[in-house]
Amino acid sequence: MTRLPFGLGGTDDGRDGDGDGDGVRTDSLRTGSVRTDGGETPNPFANVGDDIARKQLLGRVFVGICGASTLVGIVALFVLLGDVLYEAWGWVTLDFLTYPPSRFIENYYPDGRGAGIYPALVGSILLIALTAVFTMFLGVGAAIYLEEYAPESRLKSFIEANIANLAGVPSIVYGLLGLAVFVRFVGLGESLLAGALTLTLLILPIVIVSAQEALRAVPDSQRHAAYGVGATDWEVVRDVVLPAALPGIMTGTILSLSRAIGETAPLIMIGAATSMFRAPIEDVSGIPVPDLFGPFAAMPMQIFDWARLPEGDFQHVAAAGIVVLLTILLLMNATAILIRNKYEK
Amino acid sequence: MSDSYTVGDERENEQDGAAADRADGRNVSTPDPVDETTGETTPSIQHIADADTVIEAADLTVHYGDVEALKPVNVRLPAQEVTAIIGPSGCGKSTFLRCINRMNDMVDAARVGGELRFRGKNVYDEDVDPVALRRKIGMVFQKPNPFPKSIYDNVAYGLEIQGYDGDMDARVEEALRGAALWDEVKDQLDESGLDLSGGQQQRLCIARAIAPDPEVILMDEPASALDPVATAKVEDLIDELAEEYTVVIVTHNMQQAARISDKTAVFLTGGQLVEFGETNRIFENPENQRVEDYITGKFG
Ligand SMILES: Nc1ncnc2c1ncn2[C@@H]1O[C@H](COP(=O)(O)OP(=O)(O)OP(=O)(O)O)[C@@H](O)[C@H]1O
Ligand SMILES: [Mg+2]
Repeated sequence: MTRLPFGLGGTDDGRDGDGDGDGVRTDSLRTGSVRTDGGETPNPFANVGDDIARKQLLGRVFVGICGASTLVGIVALFVLLGDVLYEAWGWVTLDFLTYPPSRFIENYYPDGRGAGIYPALVGSILLIALTAVFTMFLGVGAAIYLEEYAPESRLKSFIEANIANLAGVPSIVYGLLGLAVFVRFVGLGESLLAGALTLTLLILPIVIVSAQEALRAVPDSQRHAAYGVGATDWEVVRDVVLPAALPGIMTGTILSLSRAIGETAPLIMIGAATSMFRAPIEDVSGIPVPDLFGPFAAMPMQIFDWARLPEGDFQHVAAAGIVVLLTILLLMNATAILIRNKYEK
Repeated sequence: MSDSYTVGDERENEQDGAAADRADGRNVSTPDPVDETTGETTPSIQHIADADTVIEAADLTVHYGDVEALKPVNVRLPAQEVTAIIGPSGCGKSTFLRCINRMNDMVDAARVGGELRFRGKNVYDEDVDPVALRRKIGMVFQKPNPFPKSIYDNVAYGLEIQGYDGDMDARVEEALRGAALWDEVKDQLDESGLDLSGGQQQRLCIARAIAPDPEVILMDEPASALDPVATAKVEDLIDELAEEYTVVIVTHNMQQAARISDKTAVFLTGGQLVEFGETNRIFENPENQRVEDYITGKFG
């Protein structure tokens, strides 16, 4: 900073002691107006009302209760996770991931012949991949129709109310439906495809509702902008609405899928195998291809199968299975969060 | 009406057809095919038959459900001029504007009656595709609404969906120059349109609207979300646009209407078009007492 040698007020270099450089002793001005007679400053709010303290206390109690509720949930989760991890410690090995299950506990030991979760792991992954494809098409298609095309009508609100209700139907009911329709009527048998279609029905309502929400969140001004330059309905959806809603749709779909991967009841209902020695993969001239029409096992049922075996050490095997299942689940949820964070600004 | 302009037929031969029609509509003074309807129009709007009419409303009404938002409107908007639409809030300015490019189609509750003619053709006829209509009539909205895409893609979007296969770079540059934005953004065409300032975003939206080379540009309070400097830029721009396009602009700001428009239409409460004419005359010597009260700030 340069100083003018003969500026107006040049004698004032700001060294007035209060550090603000304005040349005025602000501190003395400030205190002068408050200290009236040199005695204690009376508190002007002293007698405003004694119910304030009581209400403040009530508020603190409420916060305490809410905090405690949160704590219960978190503590329970960590105890559960801790217990599972403790039980599974040392049992989740590479062999466990790559070998089929066995009825002899010795095979699961580190020096055993090797046994594990492989067929059910592959079965679950294929099951979820198929379900993802089906729900993406059906769920997003239905949501786009309802949000972007269907005119406001009684029928539309009726359909929407029913979709919301379907989201609350117990999963075992969907299992029954799958058994009647896909396994028996369509004749798919207890196959991977029948399982995937059943799980699709199960999560479809949630996917539709969350996709509708994502579509609704796209501002109308964006649609109008596209219509304004002569876009057709389809172009507006394709170029403007879907790209903007896709992160939300993906997040909702992935979270629904991570629910589906842990579902057991509908798979029991459609008669899926509890434990399989072979993964649902075929060899078509050297290339592994998913066997859509063959039997399959999924992780939750395999875990259940281990858990009910009498031999004590199978509890560790079941825990190891749970760890694998939870890992896949957490990976899926992490993907959903990543997608959301990437596109949310 | 046999020689009337059919918007629906336009889509097959967009590029050549548009050029031909423009030359026909603007440079040659053909007799107006709908002259015989002049007798129906209200007295205050008769005297502008000399200008080339692009848009004409004939007993145009709009209802939202049971609510009447526009009482029968009869007006003719001349080509290559700026027409300002003013009036108090809720009087139906936006409703009227949205009739011109059928953006009202998107409002489920809206019902349109009467006729809105574009070069003599009722745009609400069965055989008019609103998509084709909107390719002739661009629109700029109250709040800047660029797409979350690059500046380049924002401007190119209209051309892309209309199947333009010529020199896209040149058209984008031309549109950005036309919107007085080129110098500010020419080095950042790949950056998001959302990273621009509000005023720049609005000019980007104007560039997007003029890139496909429409005949008419509708603007609904395009400067109301902008600061005075950005507003001045947009106003200058509107002035220049009128050399090439027919501009219809809704504004709340009477000084703005007086500054930028050639013609002014005054709507008053109840959705009634009360007066239409030369801007200077409307502001200096309105015929209608209520219009005078509104303009001098006695109500509204
Ligand atoms: N989508 C709609 N549904 C029902 N009524 C509507 C709708 N849009 C507008 N209206 C009604 O129509 C009348 C005219 O509205 P319009 O938006 O055209 O007014 P405006 O002159 O543009 O007002 P402003 O200056 O506030 O923008 C208002 O009474 C409004 O309540
Ligand atoms: Mg408006």
